[in-house]
Amino acid sequence: MLSLSFPREAHLIRSPSPLLPQPLSTSRPSPSLLCLHKPPFRLPSIRSMASEEGADQDHRLERIASTIRVIPDFPKPGILFQDITTMLLKPEAFRDTIDMLVERYRDKGISVVAGVEARGFIFGPPIALAIGAKFVPLRKPNKLPGEVISEEYSLEYGTDKMEMHVGAVQAGDRAVVVDDLIATGGTLAAAMRLLERVGAEVVECACVIELPELKGREKLDGRPLFVLVKAV
Amino acid sequence: MAVREGKEQDPRIPRIASSIRVVPDFPKKGIMFQDITTLLLDPKAFKDTVDLFVERYTGRDISVVAGVEARGFIFGPPIALAIGAKFVPLRKPKKLPGEVISENYVLEYGTDCLEMHVGAVQPGERALVVDDLVATGGTLCAAISLLERAGAEVVECACVIELPELKGRERLNGKYIYILMESH
Repeated sequence: MLSLSFPREAHLIRSPSPLLPQPLSTSRPSPSLLCLHKPPFRLPSIRSMASEEGADQDHRLERIASTIRVIPDFPKPGILFQDITTMLLKPEAFRDTIDMLVERYRDKGISVVAGVEARGFIFGPPIALAIGAKFVPLRKPNKLPGEVISEEYSLEYGTDKMEMHVGAVQAGDRAVVVDDLIATGGTLAAAMRLLERVGAEVVECACVIELPELKGREKLDGRPLFVLVKAV
Repeated sequence: MAVREGKEQDPRIPRIASSIRVVPDFPKKGIMFQDITTLLLDPKAFKDTVDLFVERYTGRDISVVAGVEARGFIFGPPIALAIGAKFVPLRKPKKLPGEVISENYVLEYGTDCLEMHVGAVQPGERALVVDDLVATGGTLCAAISLLERAGAEVVECACVIELPELKGRERLNGKYIYILMESH
């Protein structure tokens, strides 16, 4: 049984900004891209536990959280979209994100990192490379050539399908599923089912961001979920 | 899979080449699809692939690695991380939130469109474009255009595979492509 425990997770506390976002233009310096809303955030008050290692975690999580941009009303009105592309523009923050996940999964016998199209393709491969695991892309229908298995999952309206190559994963493989964000958990649950159908063990799901109000964790049937940042 | 001839070949290339699978008649009849997902199942081959690009681009003051959705998202970020550059995703329409610039490009039948975030790239930055494969060059052309419109200098395009018969190089107006192997 793995014991993977971090001392704390960053809680990103966001309130809808009363100000309208400033329009972005190419003449603006890039820091304005970083936070459309500059959210207040705080870490849980277990700072009394702070060790040098703990303080280092805090520093990295703060940096990661501060580079994520919130875009209101995308893809539709009422949704506050958590945009990780601004984090990718900060090499130190992107490096920290990968490092924290690599530290968690290295030397744990993980043989597969499965990434959900498309933003899981950004975070999954660097982790796979660092821990010496296979990278397995999980894709929308008709993108993977050759023989695939499919798993259907529910959307708010209707269903979608996720596919994995036959033969990519073997029975007994120990897998981690990676995506940028967990919302309702439908996508991650489908990913897990694909891996388990071929006999792999899903050790954990890993996301940069969780939207806890959408209760995605509950869809994962008890499988562990690890996230770096929670957007409240 | 033919590896480059008449050029000193890095000893890592044969293993990378042999890890790539060809799937006939995908996405339609007559096309021999170069499937890099099998390369990703060989950790040493995947690491060697990334290392070859990183060795080429380290120390050349490249601050942007732009990856074309979706397979460019697999190779681009590890390169960006290793050379300390930003990673900029170039995406199909309506995927990027917020303000974007768009570039249309021609397909065999019809057109498609690539988008980049406004503000992701600054004038004067030196950029790399990364994708798994170059065929007709249409996608790379659109990618170069987006970066140049934002004022960046595209230093090179980097792909694992080239299909030279489709003459992608000629479409790139003198921009250099660096590739690891050709497929005929």
